[in-house]
Amino acid sequence: MTDAAAPRHVVDEERQRRWRQAAIYAALALVTFVMVFPVLWMISVSLKPTTETFSLPPRLLPDDLHWGGYAKVLTDPKFRTFLLNSYLVGLAVTGLSLVIGTLAAFGFSRYRFFGDRVAKLFVITTQMVPTITLLIPYFGVIVFLGLYDTLWGLVLTYLTFSLPYAIIMMNGYLDTIPKDFDEAATIDGCTPLGVLVRVLLPVALPGIISTAVYTFLLAWNEFLFALALTRSMDMRTVPVGISMMVGEFGLKWDEMMAFSVIGSLPVLILFMLVQRFVVSGLAAGGVKG
Amino acid sequence: MPTAPVPTPTPDKEDAVTPSFRLPTAAGTPYLFLLPGLVILGALLSVPLYKVVEYSLYDNVIVERNPTFVGLDNYRDILGDPGYWSAGFNTIVFTVGSVIGHMIVGIGLALLVNADIHPRARTFFRSMLVLPWIFTAVVVALNWQLLLNPFGLLNYVLDWLGLITEPLDWLGNPDLAMWSLLVISTWRGYPFIMVSFLSGLQTVPKELYEAAEIDGAGFWHKFWHVTLPQLKPVIFGVALLDLIWTFQLFPLVWLTTGGGPGRATEVLSTLTFRLAFVDFEFARAATVAVSILIISAAFTVLYLRNEARRL
Repeated sequence: MTDAAAPRHVVDEERQRRWRQAAIYAALALVTFVMVFPVLWMISVSLKPTTETFSLPPRLLPDDLHWGGYAKVLTDPKFRTFLLNSYLVGLAVTGLSLVIGTLAAFGFSRYRFFGDRVAKLFVITTQMVPTITLLIPYFGVIVFLGLYDTLWGLVLTYLTFSLPYAIIMMNGYLDTIPKDFDEAATIDGCTPLGVLVRVLLPVALPGIISTAVYTFLLAWNEFLFALALTRSMDMRTVPVGISMMVGEFGLKWDEMMAFSVIGSLPVLILFMLVQRFVVSGLAAGGVKG
Repeated sequence: MPTAPVPTPTPDKEDAVTPSFRLPTAAGTPYLFLLPGLVILGALLSVPLYKVVEYSLYDNVIVERNPTFVGLDNYRDILGDPGYWSAGFNTIVFTVGSVIGHMIVGIGLALLVNADIHPRARTFFRSMLVLPWIFTAVVVALNWQLLLNPFGLLNYVLDWLGLITEPLDWLGNPDLAMWSLLVISTWRGYPFIMVSFLSGLQTVPKELYEAAEIDGAGFWHKFWHVTLPQLKPVIFGVALLDLIWTFQLFPLVWLTTGGGPGRATEVLSTLTFRLAFVDFEFARAATVAVSILIISAAFTVLYLRNEARRL
């Protein structure tokens, strides 16, 4: 390993460094296990019959995997409706936020104009308005507009938090692209919109993807509006669906955890895929033209 | 609102956007790009903010067609209600406790993940440690109800370690419920601080550490005298953001304890929801909601002052 001819203090230092690294790895492994444990336990409980949920001593994996919870949840059309609703709302919110948000972000990133600072502060401020304060009047307004118990009501109200988020994120990404790109494209005859669509968006793709994933995640996980602004089983989303299983089934932990796992998978998968883009997005920002 | 991650720190603008070139500007071009976004946001915020104040000045709103104007009566009622003050007190305990928990665990883990390890290992641990943040609040609540159940795993482990003699009802005991909620909230919220602090760490100039090392500074010395002072604005910003969001947090509290047992963990947001959608007293709910708004507005002004310097 270390060269035998190396001076003694170098060997000592190298040894010390290895010990320190081993300690860091051990600490990280331990902490990560503790932090991830609740998630592992959820999967474990979803694979045990309810009679074994609390059996002692606890076991992470039972001898016979019990797929009954998953079978029950996957064959019940009700759960398919929850998933479908969550996808529809998530995709609509993500699409709208990205298009409208990118246009606004382009305005902020590429122009200096009267009121730009105030407009930017306004967008940031909208993220601070308490959701619970908005809920009471939204309830009145959504009922008034005839959007109560519809997915459109959810899409509309979700924009209050997804849109400012998309604007701020995209503004950050567009700011990392040098203006030389704009200049070259303009000389080639592009209009400002052309600069955005043909030149900046392809370069900002990692940023767009991670913004899209985070926006989708916000919409998919939202609970308060979904709970208060819908009523029928046909309009419920995944989080509200799961919360209603608690009252409905009492203590069917296998089914509740099975649906929790299934309901978390889309964001989990998206998030794992996007990790790469987040990192490369950071790297792109660091290199800068 | 689920806490969003702070977007990756905007690199120094001067570097990225050279002022030499400006896009051709016809009259109003920038405004056209901003119009759809600002109109939607403006409508989605101005209407409800006006309405919520209006509701709070009437009686029997929403449930009756012609509500009666009562002036500040709702405010007098709410401020004279001990339930409101106890919810307010719980909100302060929950918010301050959560933010402290998030900061300690988040910053500690960011330092650990940022240590001198293989980049692949770093990516792996970072992805795993972010996990608590991406689950919906219901799933978080169910997970912890399982673990904190009197017959659950935590009691088993504590008993095995000899720390308790009889099982504790972590969420059902009024003396323990808030502490349990704070543990859950810390678990749920630390990744936001961790990720923000981690990306902040990348911006600290390496030379500062090298200079400190030449002076013989150890880990703690470097942390106190280089890292913290350098990241003070970042820390202040994310702590305030976290405070503003935690202060109004609803789903996690509602789904884990429902404000109970009794009213031991009732916070202002769950009180608002209960008044509106359990008791159908929308006017009083609006009044509490306005009080939440006023307090968050104060913190928001503080946050914006900090942000405006960076714009």
